[in-house]
Amino acid sequence: MTATDYAAACLFILGGIFFFAGTAGLLRFPDVYTRLHALTKADNVGLGLIVAGLVLQAESWLVAGKLLLIWLLVLFAGACVAHLVARRALRKGIRIWTE
Amino acid sequence: MDGIIFLQWAFDAVLGLGLLWLAWRALNSSDLFKAIVLFIAFGLLMALAWVRLNASDVALAEAAIGAGLTGALLLAALARLETMTDQNVSGVSAHPAHPPSPTPAGSRFSRGLLILLLSASTAGMGYAVWSLPSYSTGLSMDVAAHLDSSGVSNPVTAVLLNFRSYDTLLEMIVLLLAVLGVWSLDGLPPQPEKPPATVLETLSRFLTPVFILVAAYLLWVGADAPGGAFQAGSVLGATGVLLLLSGWRPRARLMQWPLRLALTTGAGAFILLGLLTLLLEKQLLAYPVAQAGRMILLLESLATVSIAATLAILFLSVSSGHKMKTGKEEKE
Amino acid sequence: MPMQTLYFALALFLLLNLCAGMWRVLRGPSTADRMLAAQLFGTTIVAILLLLAQASGSPALRDVALVFALLAAVTAVAFVQRVWPEDRESEHDRD
Repeated sequence: MTATDYAAACLFILGGIFFFAGTAGLLRFPDVYTRLHALTKADNVGLGLIVAGLVLQAESWLVAGKLLLIWLLVLFAGACVAHLVARRALRKGIRIWTE
Repeated sequence: MDGIIFLQWAFDAVLGLGLLWLAWRALNSSDLFKAIVLFIAFGLLMALAWVRLNASDVALAEAAIGAGLTGALLLAALARLETMTDQNVSGVSAHPAHPPSPTPAGSRFSRGLLILLLSASTAGMGYAVWSLPSYSTGLSMDVAAHLDSSGVSNPVTAVLLNFRSYDTLLEMIVLLLAVLGVWSLDGLPPQPEKPPATVLETLSRFLTPVFILVAAYLLWVGADAPGGAFQAGSVLGATGVLLLLSGWRPRARLMQWPLRLALTTGAGAFILLGLLTLLLEKQLLAYPVAQAGRMILLLESLATVSIAATLAILFLSVSSGHKMKTGKEEKE
Repeated sequence: MPMQTLYFALALFLLLNLCAGMWRVLRGPSTADRMLAAQLFGTTIVAILLLLAQASGSPALRDVALVFALLAAVTAVAFVQRVWPEDRESEHDRD
């Protein structure tokens, strides 16, 4: 394994941790808003780290570009959807969790 | 290498069991919304299963149609079902509050018949699977041998658009029939334009060109790699769905002959070309080898337009605006 | 450990994560919770597909991931705009 392989492996493992944290948050957090928060971490950072690792491994610039495009799309759509869901939940009067 | 084989085996096992479990829970759920979410998850895993079976073409179609558009269509249908039950327009109840009443004899008979038929078809399929030769190349050798004369280098496209293009012709007609069926039931519900929220507008403004670009890419790449009219058409149709969801409504003028032309152009092109080849080459849809590539691209482009129009218009027909539903006046 | 093994190990790990997330789909309680779980599944599948694309050297899988990334947004918007309107109490939000 080369140095880039090690770097990619680290990014993969970090990304996996974020996905795990996102799932754990989705299962454990008390209300829609906090679950939304956990979910977007997996969307943005988890996928971002895995894509970063894959970009290091990519065979060409074209592949790297496509990977980044996919990540940016997920990032953008995820942010918009999170906003739509959270605002709709607020308007519907779903209460925000307090201790 | 043992590690990899174990990991692949474990991956496939989890995938297979997950699929079975999801299918069971989706069918078993009394909450329709839960069933839809489980169905969407099923579509996601199904695409992954096709990937593991080395069928990227099917995975792409499953991603575009199964997990993507069907989910949106089902959600819209559920919303409509609920508005209908809210207004007591019909007796459809999405969630029976009380347990179903004891089944009358006729229903028990039909249930028994259903169980019998299902067991018979399961046994038949089981027999078919067991009687398959353990390893067979099927027709892939023949396809590979004639690939050069097909005009494309992706064997799946070669089969669907050249060797057996009447399959695709019939599929286009099925889609057309689906729209006709939905329209003959209800027509288009009146849906006034509604200004979208800022974020939603930004989302649709940004994503629409990306969707169109991806659809064009999938259409083009279908000649050499997984892709093609159905995948491109459903991505393009999803653009329409996104625009409809953001409050955009096609002009009344567009809904007349331009829409009808878009809906029929795929099937029409196939039939015209079929007649032409029947006259000139004495065989249905047998393209001249030199022109095959161009003809396939032409047919696929027109089919893409039709598929996209069909899916978007199905979504428009299925969904009805909340609170705006004053009555069912035919827009036709 | 060769990269191939790592790709598959991570793909399996993500798949197991996804299966754990099923619990939220079943439990709810609100419709949004179930839908959020489906959104997470979408992103997870995108990650798995990208990993498999690299592991098995089939670039077509990146197109599948691209289509998933695009269409997940459409499903989510369909949910917010259709099933979960502001003015109507949804029957699924009981309990």
